[in-house]
Amino acid sequence: MDYNTKFTPQTWPEHAEQATLEGKNKFVGFWLFLACEIVLFASLFATYLALKNKGPAGMEFTTQELYELPLAFGMTMILLTSSLTSVYAMYHMKNYNFKGVQLWMFITVLLGASFLALEVYEFNHYVGLGFTFGSSAFASAFYTLVGTHGFHVSVGLVWITALILRNAKRGLSLYNAPKYFVASLYWHFIDVVWVFIFTVVYLMGVVG
Amino acid sequence: MSSSVKKKGFGATVWDYLTTVDHKKIAVMYLLGGTLFFVIAGLEAVLMRIQLMYPENDFVSAGTFNQLLTMHGTTMLFLAAMPLLFAFMNMIVPLQIGARDVAFPFLNSLGFWLFFLGGLFLHLSFFMGGAPDAGWTSYASLSLYSPGHGVDFYVLGLQVSGAGTLISGINFLVTIINMRAPGMTFMRMPLFTWTTFVTSALILFGFPPLTAGLILLLFDRMFSAKFFDVMYGGNTIIWEHLFWIFGHPEVYILVLPAFGLFSEIIPTFSRKRLFGYSSMVFATILIGFLGFMVWAHHMFTVGLGPTANAIFAVATMAIAVPTGMKVFNWLLTVWGGSIKVTTPMLYALGFIPSFVAGGVTGIMQATAPLDYQLHDSYFIVAHFHYVIVGGIVLGLLGSTHFYWPLFFNRMLNETLGKITFWIFFIGFHMTFFLQHFLGLMGMPRRVFTYMPDQGWDLFNFISTIGAFLMSAGVILLVLNVIITAIKGEPAGNDPWGDTRTLEWAIPQPIPFYNFRQTPLVRGLDPYWIEKQEGNKEGMVYAEPLGDIHMPNNSIVPFVMSLGLFIASFGALYSPLGVADDSRTWAIPVLVIGLVITFGSMIYRSLKDDHGYYVTVAEIEALEEELYGKKGGNK
Repeated sequence: MDYNTKFTPQTWPEHAEQATLEGKNKFVGFWLFLACEIVLFASLFATYLALKNKGPAGMEFTTQELYELPLAFGMTMILLTSSLTSVYAMYHMKNYNFKGVQLWMFITVLLGASFLALEVYEFNHYVGLGFTFGSSAFASAFYTLVGTHGFHVSVGLVWITALILRNAKRGLSLYNAPKYFVASLYWHFIDVVWVFIFTVVYLMGVVG
Repeated sequence: MSSSVKKKGFGATVWDYLTTVDHKKIAVMYLLGGTLFFVIAGLEAVLMRIQLMYPENDFVSAGTFNQLLTMHGTTMLFLAAMPLLFAFMNMIVPLQIGARDVAFPFLNSLGFWLFFLGGLFLHLSFFMGGAPDAGWTSYASLSLYSPGHGVDFYVLGLQVSGAGTLISGINFLVTIINMRAPGMTFMRMPLFTWTTFVTSALILFGFPPLTAGLILLLFDRMFSAKFFDVMYGGNTIIWEHLFWIFGHPEVYILVLPAFGLFSEIIPTFSRKRLFGYSSMVFATILIGFLGFMVWAHHMFTVGLGPTANAIFAVATMAIAVPTGMKVFNWLLTVWGGSIKVTTPMLYALGFIPSFVAGGVTGIMQATAPLDYQLHDSYFIVAHFHYVIVGGIVLGLLGSTHFYWPLFFNRMLNETLGKITFWIFFIGFHMTFFLQHFLGLMGMPRRVFTYMPDQGWDLFNFISTIGAFLMSAGVILLVLNVIITAIKGEPAGNDPWGDTRTLEWAIPQPIPFYNFRQTPLVRGLDPYWIEKQEGNKEGMVYAEPLGDIHMPNNSIVPFVMSLGLFIASFGALYSPLGVADDSRTWAIPVLVIGLVITFGSMIYRSLKDDHGYYVTVAEIEALEEELYGKKGGNK
């Protein structure tokens, strides 16, 4: 099978993302990349935990007073849903339904963008309160950890948007199937990291 | 080099190397780039040794000495040893496993250019207001308050070149997992491929903590974050942890491939299969695993408490077990073999006692109470140079001789090689052996001078003479390379006569697609098996001759790296930085650089790149041109 083969839903392979050697390489390579991303985030989590609530003498901000769980919960729900919609996109890819792939990927992007908007609102709100990036070690650690996640979300949005636009007129092929698959893997990863952020930063910050 | 016989103009050759995705050409570029930085870092060492030759010497100032010391360490580890090892990995691993290229040829090129431009950026610091001066470890309590841009160069340069290393690590992992020829099972992989595999895994898990640590330092210095600022609740120990969680595996990242190279050289010239192959594989994995469990032994004197110190001390000592297994396996490979003492073999035989000496002093330092005495003394300097020069540099020099015919189809001069070895080897022991005693006598490391009549004068003098001898050795090697380039005869395949693995079975010069047909591997040491059975071709094939799919060349990796290189200057002179030396052009340059990088990423992802096919007719025409007659290689 090569890139020029024309498919029908009946001949479309079970694991299209791994049907070519390039696809297989992308698949394994991306999992390994995610492994190194995990270590990167682990380092930032460790830094955050070490510096949580640490600031100059008389710092007025603590996790209990700062964080607002309803907002964080809403963001969590939005991002979890966007993970689900990217699963739908992969489901349609398995069935060689390109319209379905595009539609659900587009919904994923919309949800991701609204998550990002809420994060920008949250950061803006904190800065307005005087909790700025350089105000304390705690603030630096918080913005770096959550901001790195936000940066990953933005990269994902640009990436998936580019995929949707680029392939709009071309349909599914063995060349772009691994690309969609890997993008959805990345999106799940971002979601999983956020689950940890929600737990470690927000829940443990307010309740713990 | 080996993949092209047509004469090309200079411009065309440069363009070819800028755009190439061929692992053999990238290997040559790594070799050149690594050698360049190796020579620079070596010169820095010589300057430091001249300064320390006499007490109260004033050859360089204290500030310059700090810069030399920092750049020597940083360059040797990140920009000399690793790229030189990458040169061998790139050249040999795809050939050893019977692949036509690495899994991601485009990323391979990107990794090289990121490394090279990152290294170049770091070195431009010498001409732009001073190099980094906080030591290669760049502890935050020092580096945060270092005036000028030195530390910014360190942070940005390492960030860029570190990204290149990470990319290469992932590339080798996928190559080894997915691209092995039929029959090349994991337990038939040559030891160098195995050590590359484990090293790549260490890179995968070891470099992200460094990236994180560098980000924190960058934010502290440029965006007034407060990670390490104690006044604002920060904690400088976080840097030490992140740095050493990377830094200790880094040692194994460097030494494991050197172990692998020796594990190729020793069986070849003992003319015996490697003793205890499976235990070697097991030991390699175990060293890789334990390498992540021991980082705090660099921090015994920080005050983590007796429990933490005891745990890390025991874990550190445990690494001696798999390393000892390896040493005994090498010895038992040599034992009873039909030994041929060639230059590479000399390096291997010199390596074993030197490295063991470095390992034994390592165990001494692992004993936490004793380490309180040894910490930050010349004993430490002696220890890690025994490990790094005695292990890695001897490995690199030995395999340079061993693999030169594979790279360039020429043999380096053996007599000159042996002279080089003895001069370098004697110089190495002369330089570093006495430093153990200097350390025990109380000489602290990183000092730029010392008072006379403390019993340190003679040993320091002898040490400096040793450093001159090592330089003489390296100069001889360079001469050897030049002589070979001018006068050398084509070496052909299997020039050593006793090689065992697949990379030697390919006809020389190696065609750009490596294997005209994918080989079938019938056991450990496949080339040896075929030679024993009288197979003139050296390989059996897993497929009939057919069209070969190859990747397209691309300039995009270079442009992508260049963008980050440009952006680094913008970040360095940004108005937010600590150094209080901003330029108006900084932000535009930063933006332009990032636009170039992200633009080329988007270009890469939007433009289809299917590669191309080399047809059977083209293969036959090329082989006739290379070897004179169709299909043959003898």
